[in-house]
Amino acid sequence: MSEPEPDTEARRIATQARDRARFEEEALSLADQVYRVARRLVGSREEAEDLVQETYARAFRSWSSYTAGTNMRAWLLRILTNLNVDRGRKVQRTPQTQPLEESDYYLANKMASAAGEAVLETDDVVERLSQDSVVKALSDIPPQFRDVVVLVDIGDFTYADAAQILDVPIGTVMSRLHRGRRALKQHLAEEALT
Amino acid sequence: MSGGPCDRCEELLQDFLDRTLTDAEWREAEGHLAGCDYCARRYRFEESLRKYVRTSAVERMPPGLMAKLDELRGLDASV
Repeated sequence: MSEPEPDTEARRIATQARDRARFEEEALSLADQVYRVARRLVGSREEAEDLVQETYARAFRSWSSYTAGTNMRAWLLRILTNLNVDRGRKVQRTPQTQPLEESDYYLANKMASAAGEAVLETDDVVERLSQDSVVKALSDIPPQFRDVVVLVDIGDFTYADAAQILDVPIGTVMSRLHRGRRALKQHLAEEALT
Repeated sequence: MSGGPCDRCEELLQDFLDRTLTDAEWREAEGHLAGCDYCARRYRFEESLRKYVRTSAVERMPPGLMAKLDELRGLDASV
């Protein structure tokens, strides 16, 4: 149990400072991608900004618990989704018992019949749905399903990453993703056709 | 669920686009899609919808946020 040599100690401190600076650089380079996910998990731009700032504050404080070489984007998003749940998800408009979502062809079928088409013309999604309606429909999906849809379909996370971020089994990610996408299409149909 | 071939194809839609079907399921979906215009159009619709959702949902970081994050560097674990 001897004191470390002053030389060794100085080197250790220098190494740690360098590792920390590298960590911070890498984390900051992911900020745009982190914000992109955050923005769709919460109701407003201000909330998303706050959430991302809280996430980075926590990440920078606990940087030493990050294992170099692992997926930092997933690590940051895990902090972010936990913070978001802690905030109590203020906007919870959805009832506890969810009606079953419509089937996967629901939106396409509704659009075809609304346009009086015998068959569904393709490539007309953009014509018939506004970007605002997509954003609105996303925000109307029940939160536990929305988290998965946002992580996988907007954040480009794999099922495995999403499972790790949300701390649920992969099977749960898959079923929530499927149901969330169906719910999205149901909301889009309501938005677009009423 | 009536269990007809189009219903079955509809069930396979999401995993088909996610590329998570088994080989047998993949062949089943492809086989049906090759001869069914109704399902083929709905698969293409779903594909373009996914792209559109992604484009519509992406919002860039507000100006100024990066500077605020940069200021957080060096935060002490004990604070």
